[in-house]
Amino acid sequence: MWEYTDKVMEHFLHPRNVGEVENPDGVANVGSLACGDALKLTIKVDDQGRITDARFKTFGCASAIASASALTEMIKGMSVDEAAKITNQDIADFLGGLPKEKIHCSVMGREALEKAIASYRGLPDTEAAEKIICECFGVTETEIERVVRENNLKTVEEVTNYTKAGGGCGNCHEAIMDIINRVRATAKPVEKPKLTNLQKIRMIEETIEREIRPSLRQDGGDLELVDVVGNKVLVATRGACAACALSHLTLKDFVQAKLRELVWPELEVEEVSK
Amino acid sequence: MTIYLDNNATTQVAQEVLEAMLPYFHDLYGNPSSMHTFGGQVGRIIRRAREQVAALINAEPDEIIFTSCGSESDNTAIRSALTTQPGKRHLVASRVEHPAINALAAHLAKEGYRVTELPVDGEGRLSLEQFARSLTPETAIASLMWANNETGVIFPVEEAAATARSKGVLFHTDAVQAVGKIPIDMKQNAIDMLALSGHKLHAPKGVGALYVRRGTKFSPFLIGGHQEKGRRGGTENTAGIIGLGVACELAARNLEKENTAVKNLRDKLENALLTRIPHSRINGDRVQRLPNTTNISFKFVEGEAILLLLNELGICASSGSACTSGSLQPSHVLRAMGVPFTFAHGSIRLSLSVYNTEAEIDFVIEKFPIIIEKLRGLSPYWEVGDAVCATFEG
Repeated sequence: MWEYTDKVMEHFLHPRNVGEVENPDGVANVGSLACGDALKLTIKVDDQGRITDARFKTFGCASAIASASALTEMIKGMSVDEAAKITNQDIADFLGGLPKEKIHCSVMGREALEKAIASYRGLPDTEAAEKIICECFGVTETEIERVVRENNLKTVEEVTNYTKAGGGCGNCHEAIMDIINRVRATAKPVEKPKLTNLQKIRMIEETIEREIRPSLRQDGGDLELVDVVGNKVLVATRGACAACALSHLTLKDFVQAKLRELVWPELEVEEVSK
Repeated sequence: MTIYLDNNATTQVAQEVLEAMLPYFHDLYGNPSSMHTFGGQVGRIIRRAREQVAALINAEPDEIIFTSCGSESDNTAIRSALTTQPGKRHLVASRVEHPAINALAAHLAKEGYRVTELPVDGEGRLSLEQFARSLTPETAIASLMWANNETGVIFPVEEAAATARSKGVLFHTDAVQAVGKIPIDMKQNAIDMLALSGHKLHAPKGVGALYVRRGTKFSPFLIGGHQEKGRRGGTENTAGIIGLGVACELAARNLEKENTAVKNLRDKLENALLTRIPHSRINGDRVQRLPNTTNISFKFVEGEAILLLLNELGICASSGSACTSGSLQPSHVLRAMGVPFTFAHGSIRLSLSVYNTEAEIDFVIEKFPIIIEKLRGLSPYWEVGDAVCATFEG
């Protein structure tokens, strides 16, 4: 039996906004009978670009129904631009989480929302021209690339949980793995939020203590943080390091690399004169 | 209130069975292998349990080996056939077998065995001609389930066993769903091995048995002590075995009721649902079928949603839909039968027992149409109606 949250059960047993909006401004049909779940989403948008009504019809399991119900509740009253930013994770969060095998239900909600917005904006339906990777469930390359990128997915199984792709005959597993490898190879490093000076110093201290000092000590050396000025990290070498002719290399190749990786990519480590 | 219509998944331990078992947990906890009377007396009770199990299928007591479950019995049978005939590296099964056979066959295929999986028709029936053709001099064993757990469809295993014997091929049947529901007489057929499970017939979980016909070459699966005459090592699950014995005796007494009262309730339920709910159908052959099982599909709605709404009313059932399995594909049985997706996703299995009452069935008949109507009201396919079906079924 699935472990559904109370909120999922509540939305399943008492779904909100069932039906179709009259004269909708945006319409989306996603999924199919063959796949086992499908969603029709219709939205009404006012002159200010605000979603005044959203209704759904779902063929599918409890979490598919609950995801669609949750989606309509979330987007009513939002501007179209705000709604366009909703991710599948937002839908799952609204419901207090979904079992991992059911995440595709929230992805179906996000897909429907996107299509409804595209239809409101008069954008053409591009899907027909896209390359299908999973024939069993009709999942496109673009869709797989997107969930891999947005959710940092690493395995075929995760992709199946998010999109159903690969959940049928299994012939596309290799193609999915190729996409995962490609996306992960080209993925930009996750943009880190800006740090305050105080946060930066604290993280530098922690990283030195946890990641750097133990290695230096193995060689009888040590390091002391003197100051942080902007992105400049001023350190003093101690013990064996202080006498070592190669300490400059250690600072750049090891200390700076660690700090850049774990704290902030633009940090420069400099040794203060002894 | 619980209305339990999921007896093919597991059954309630019968009151008589429970009472028979209870002394063997605390008071009479002896080991049947012991030399002292305290343990030895348990051995005598186990002997009686063996007779009770044998009697239900008209076998000899020494043809019964107690195991821990149906899956162990199935695994033992197949592995034994392969071990005792090392030159033969082919096995035959159907596509709709329980995972205890299907998954094992897939595993053996990876080990280098050749596996033939026989298809079934739209009603879940097997072709005996095709079965006969599949047997070769290389075939170590053929395994066909007596009755299907999802649809209740009964395979002609006795005819198949006769064919197998004539070609010198061992024949095993997974009879887990059949034992206790339909008459079985091992003196009247050529079946070499048969698996049964306790918890499907009102004995507890954790006990099963394997019938091995006298004279059949056998190699144990679980190697250990001398228990079960060296055919299955491991200290006996004494209470479970005693429970299984009593359950088999009870099943023999209830066999007629199973095929009259239970069957009538099943028929009443199934006919009422078919009549009251449009766009519904039965999956599987309605004639050659267990008396307690119906597998019924409703178009445009999804099985898990039906189950959870039934659950709200205390009604227990199961489904062959993709969403309940976590596998994304509808049940392998319905797919093998070619049941259209429109129906496969909305399939519900209702399986009765002698403990179900007419009042329960009437309640289900009353509530079921409301549930389907509610879900169809949510479904984007409901208004589109048959236009959509045509594209999927065409």
